Amino acid sequence: MRKVAIIGVGMTKFGENWDKSFRGMVTEAGVKAIQDAKVKGDEISAGYVGTMASGSLVGQEHAGALIADYMGLNPIPITRVEGACASGSLALRQGVMAVASGLHDLVVVGGVEKMTDLDTAAVSQILGGAGDQEWELFMGATFPGLYAFMARRHMHEYGTTEEMLASVAVKNHANGAHNKYAQFQREITIEQALNAKMVADPLKILDCSPITDGAAAVVLAPLDSASSYTEKPIEILASEQASGTLALHDREDLTSIKAAKIAGQNAYRKAGIAPKDIDVAEVHDCFTIAEIVATEDLGFFAPGQGGPAALEGKTKIGGEIAVNTSGGLKATGHPVGATGVKQACEVAWQLRGEREEAQVEDAEYALTHNVGGSGATAVVHLYKRGY
Amino acid sequence: MAGIVGYGAYVPKYRIKSETIAEVWGEDPDRIQKGLGIMEKAVPASDEDSATLSVEAARIAMKRAQVSPSEIGAVYVGSESHPYAVKPTATMVAQALGTIPNLTAADLEFACKAGTAGMQMCMGMVDSSMVKYGLAIGADTAQGRPGDALEYSAAAGAAAYLIGQDSESLAVIEDTFSYTTDTPDFWRRSKSDYPSHGGRFTGEPAYFKHVQGAFNGLMEKMDEKIENYDHFIFHQPNAKFPKAVAKKLGVSKEKIEPGMLVPTIGNTYSGNAPLALANVLDHAKPGERIFVTSFGSGAGSDAFSIQVTDKIEERRRDGYPLSHFIENKEYVTYAIYAKLRKKYKGM
Amino acid sequence: MKESISLTWRRIPERYKMLGSHCTTCDAHYFPPRMVCPACRRKGKIEQFEFSGNGKIYSFTEIHAAPSGFENQVPYVMAIVELDEGTRCTGQIVDACCKDLKIGDPVEGTFRKILSDDPEGPIHYGFKFRLKK
Repeated sequence: MRKVAIIGVGMTKFGENWDKSFRGMVTEAGVKAIQDAKVKGDEISAGYVGTMASGSLVGQEHAGALIADYMGLNPIPITRVEGACASGSLALRQGVMAVASGLHDLVVVGGVEKMTDLDTAAVSQILGGAGDQEWELFMGATFPGLYAFMARRHMHEYGTTEEMLASVAVKNHANGAHNKYAQFQREITIEQALNAKMVADPLKILDCSPITDGAAAVVLAPLDSASSYTEKPIEILASEQASGTLALHDREDLTSIKAAKIAGQNAYRKAGIAPKDIDVAEVHDCFTIAEIVATEDLGFFAPGQGGPAALEGKTKIGGEIAVNTSGGLKATGHPVGATGVKQACEVAWQLRGEREEAQVEDAEYALTHNVGGSGATAVVHLYKRGY
Repeated sequence: MAGIVGYGAYVPKYRIKSETIAEVWGEDPDRIQKGLGIMEKAVPASDEDSATLSVEAARIAMKRAQVSPSEIGAVYVGSESHPYAVKPTATMVAQALGTIPNLTAADLEFACKAGTAGMQMCMGMVDSSMVKYGLAIGADTAQGRPGDALEYSAAAGAAAYLIGQDSESLAVIEDTFSYTTDTPDFWRRSKSDYPSHGGRFTGEPAYFKHVQGAFNGLMEKMDEKIENYDHFIFHQPNAKFPKAVAKKLGVSKEKIEPGMLVPTIGNTYSGNAPLALANVLDHAKPGERIFVTSFGSGAGSDAFSIQVTDKIEERRRDGYPLSHFIENKEYVTYAIYAKLRKKYKGM
Repeated sequence: MKESISLTWRRIPERYKMLGSHCTTCDAHYFPPRMVCPACRRKGKIEQFEFSGNGKIYSFTEIHAAPSGFENQVPYVMAIVELDEGTRCTGQIVDACCKDLKIGDPVEGTFRKILSDDPEGPIHYGFKFRLKK
């Protein structure tokens, strides 16, 4: 297997992009990534795109063909992959496998979601499809509700508090304030987070990631030829995916996402590194509790210590481990299919040292953690500065 | 002869006080409470309807009867608030109880007496050996027009009776008699949300005439006397009418007291006399005799002579007594009541 | 939320009576029903099993932002219930609000409307839970 590197990244502004379409956004991100990689369109030989629900959100299936067409990449094969909110990372993993196997040399990977063309209740229902439609959502559960189940257990078993949850939102908003692509580029206070409107007790509106439009893309190349395109290739050390039960109620333990734990452990083993080696991590904070669980599942903190760690500032830039320097899903926004690819963009910028105010000093190793649904799909990638 | 093999009753958790309703319409709460004798009424949750109330009551009846669901040959649900205009409540209930598919089922409607009409049908089917067991349910989530006198009384509840052979019954139904005429005292046209009624006309020519007709008819048919009964149940549209009819007929207050539910839960329509009977059965001793007279507007009355057997104590050990549901209550404001009953436009 | 008639109809036995499955090989109970025992796979023998509906609250939440079809019910309580037979399922806790509940509280099954907001559509019924008093 060949080693794989990211040679170019690009993304649209995340937010309520009223003036931008599904095809417009993915084209914009793809073109930016190809330009950033300094490759010609003709050199790209395949593409993978992650979108969770383009069919329900904008009525457009067949996203691969649409993107090949609008990016001017016909006739190369572009394939859509779907794994709910982990669709972006699944697309990245497909791209990594295609390059690693030698099947393709230069591959473009995109992630996109256009979510604001429908009202909130309709979007909630579509996102609900990431859970067990017949046995969770039909019964009246919502995604905030499922993560609230996890939060309640975490509080019950470890004494995690609402203030700890709120501190995750405060930190991610602070990071988002330094990200020009973020939906929310403003800081919030812990009081604002604690007093926000209830969504699914104990999760309030500021514990939840928003509904967002956006797209992100990366260009992959074999590591050994990456330096002919860019001075700062980012090596992908591991790309691991694991599955868990579709329904949350079938999980033995609600304080952890087992699939994420397994994907993380496999990734560390493949890369030959440990959690303590990671300088910067983009984790799937669709809800504040999800970031706390992620930092425990990924081995940054012991089970039950994720909450106190967040409250004590250990996950801030300059803390023990910088988590969600982009602002995470919370502040950057969460266009579901785009999130996994956006995470790769953020860590690539960090490892290249291009994040200015949000730069983690001497960042050498990075991790991205992307979760589908309430944890039925989990994807972990590890990255290393390749220069 | 047929009898009651199992019974169960259910009342929703929410209550609204008469004074809460009176306050909205500028009525004197004392006058309402004294006049109608209704202190509060049961209000269904927004996810309850006559089908769900029926299932709750019937599951208790089944638990008590310890009969295999497959042996039930008939299910009749009497209600004036069936969830669908067309699509039988009885099929939902039969499915939820597991009595499907070898049975006959149908919905009944006869204002407040559709539940007792179902009991009579099951008695006939058991007596003729057409079925081994028949299940008769009276259930309603009655609606009163906002501001109308009925708003104080229209309530929700259900009672279910599994009818079978007298030899295995907890109470034997000795005989029944009905009295029916065309009397337009209360009605609801098919596209109306709320019923209309004839005001004072609902009294003498409707309630009193029919209740007395059925009562006297059965007494004469059986050659029985009031003193041979321990309990009397008369349909309770309010607390005033059953007391007045008892007085006219010479039945003492003490003998109607155990079945008087209307002051605390309101008028549960098709559930009315069946729920009252359930409350009496919850406390009755073997050998006691109960005389039940239901009334349904439109109009008609069904009278039953019932004798409790020594199986009662063992059977009622299982399942919640009606008092469990009556005592487990939560009061709501008029605004919440209007939300639960979907009285707001746009809901 | 809309659900097709045929889908609802297929689910009626499971939703009305909590019919799930039991693997006689490993004695595990499953609700909702499964065709294959995920623990035993081909060695597993699946039979139909009716759950009592009794259990304990494993986790719970109160939903304030509802998906379409549930808007008129907010706020409503959802829980993951640990059934006495040893599996968990998701359902609504009726006649209760968040402050009434704690993890471990006993519940019993009840039968309620789940979705009924479409005035022209069918009414969907099924199991929910209530606190055992």
